[in-house]
Amino acid sequence: MLVKEQLKTEISADGAPRETFVINLGPQHPATHGVLRVKMTMDGEYIVRAEPVCGYIHRMQEKMGENRTYAQFLPNTSRIDYLSAMTYTHGFVGAVERAAKLQVPPRAEYIRVITSELNRISSHLVWWGAFLLDLGGFTPLLYAFDDREKILDLLEGITGSRLTYSYFRIGGLYNDVDDTFIKGTRAFVAQMRPRLKMYRSLVTDNIILRKRLIEIGPISKEMCRKYGATGPVIRGSGVPYDVRKVEPYSAYPEFDFVIPTFEEGDSMARYLVRMEEMAQSLRIIEQALDKLPAGPVMAEKVPRVLKLPAGDYCYAVEAARGRFAVRIVSDNKEIPYRIKLRTPSLSNLSLFEEASAGMLLPDALALMGSLDLVIPDIDR
Amino acid sequence: MNPLSPQPQGNTPQPVPAPAPSAPAAPKVAATAGQQEPVISNQSSVASKPAAAAAPPPPAPVLPNPLAHLSLPFHGVDYAAKGYHVEAAVAPDQVVFAAEQLDKEGLSLDTITGVDWMAEGQMEVVYDYFHPAKALRVVVRARIPRDNPEIATIQKVFPGANWHEREAHDFFGIRFLGHPNLTPFLLPEDATYHPLRKDFTQC
Repeated sequence: MLVKEQLKTEISADGAPRETFVINLGPQHPATHGVLRVKMTMDGEYIVRAEPVCGYIHRMQEKMGENRTYAQFLPNTSRIDYLSAMTYTHGFVGAVERAAKLQVPPRAEYIRVITSELNRISSHLVWWGAFLLDLGGFTPLLYAFDDREKILDLLEGITGSRLTYSYFRIGGLYNDVDDTFIKGTRAFVAQMRPRLKMYRSLVTDNIILRKRLIEIGPISKEMCRKYGATGPVIRGSGVPYDVRKVEPYSAYPEFDFVIPTFEEGDSMARYLVRMEEMAQSLRIIEQALDKLPAGPVMAEKVPRVLKLPAGDYCYAVEAARGRFAVRIVSDNKEIPYRIKLRTPSLSNLSLFEEASAGMLLPDALALMGSLDLVIPDIDR
Repeated sequence: MNPLSPQPQGNTPQPVPAPAPSAPAAPKVAATAGQQEPVISNQSSVASKPAAAAAPPPPAPVLPNPLAHLSLPFHGVDYAAKGYHVEAAVAPDQVVFAAEQLDKEGLSLDTITGVDWMAEGQMEVVYDYFHPAKALRVVVRARIPRDNPEIATIQKVFPGANWHEREAHDFFGIRFLGHPNLTPFLLPEDATYHPLRKDFTQC
């Protein structure tokens, strides 16, 4: 990019020595969706260097994990990425179940998939509304929250909570789903499909949106690989990497769905990946409801006091923002020796400094919004 | 060649990479450079000493090792039990070489973290890698002395390591030599404590 190269030189376009100034975006700024600070060295409207400064909402979740039993740590997992709490709990209980060699009943796995995919849609809806808010469009947020409200009501009915569910338990689920949930979810799937069509004509095809996103903030495959970016970011760069397909877990191998990818790598590609993913999640939910097996939702003989055999165990899931992985190191005690939480937003944001160099400030905000950051997910 | 495309397995056998002059392979590593499957110890590698204390290998099924052609002590792991496919315990001066090799294989950096083995006086540095096109998770481990935790940065190979190394420095006090900006990342900017060290008390 021409501007990018120009900004590296000492002399500006008019022949005068280059002068830069530093501004802070955040730690409280509407476009950062939380307490993220970006230290920006600017040359006029152009970014010379944008350095994210993290840690404003750091809670030391990993240390908390070393102070309590596995079951006691479970509520923490909903509070890392609070918009995608189901999948995060899944990653943690999955690691414990792998270490303890617990067999989760099929019905529980199916319900885990249904609730995770509902949670994915609700998370993408928040992103969609907030992203368009960043770009200056207020109305879509109201549509998004209208649909999300239906998901929250459904999940509240079975989990008792609207955001931090802690619904999965080590070995299964907190409780079974009822008819109200199944009927309500079917009704929601039927309602949501035409809504996605409407979003397309209302927003996606809008010429103003397209001009703000197409060819803005391109991220190459190679950059994704070097920074470990996952989720819609890497899929928007044309790599069909999705943990649900590459390292299948839970009941995902039993469903027919595709991984949407777009080759362009720009902000529009990441936008389209998420819009397409919502349609795929609806497909998964529908299939899981059709095939939902009967039976218990909790494994037999889950020990009241759980001691994992010494060693380390990993488990990865596809959260709404990408690959979430848990590593448990056990020394055969009730309390974990070490819990490492690998969160997708951290890796996805780490490429921002390189990707945003030379961009106009409003374009960089479009790029940042297209990364779908959740700051507590970075800071933990 | 696009590094993200699946690697052709087998039809063009990759030569055993010669150790780069900047990252000399340790003799014990060169000894395993042959094509044979390394012996798998079913002992937990977490609990084992880094210098491969040659525990008597009990008969264990040989697990597939897609990285057997690399001149590093990779061995296959039971994915269903552990959650990763291949692991290797390497000497601390080998981590950059390992990163370069895995970079050539088209892997991506997942995360870097530490584990404090206080009783053994050691600090373990764990490098997680994943392949963006196929099911291949690789774990590289190195052990360094706990009272002087220093290891080379892999930031030049994987720029994404920058933040992970800063985080490991925050939590464990591991100094990544050659890191351009080893300042507090998640902790307050004046933090001098390392909360995940096992001897950490209230700050």
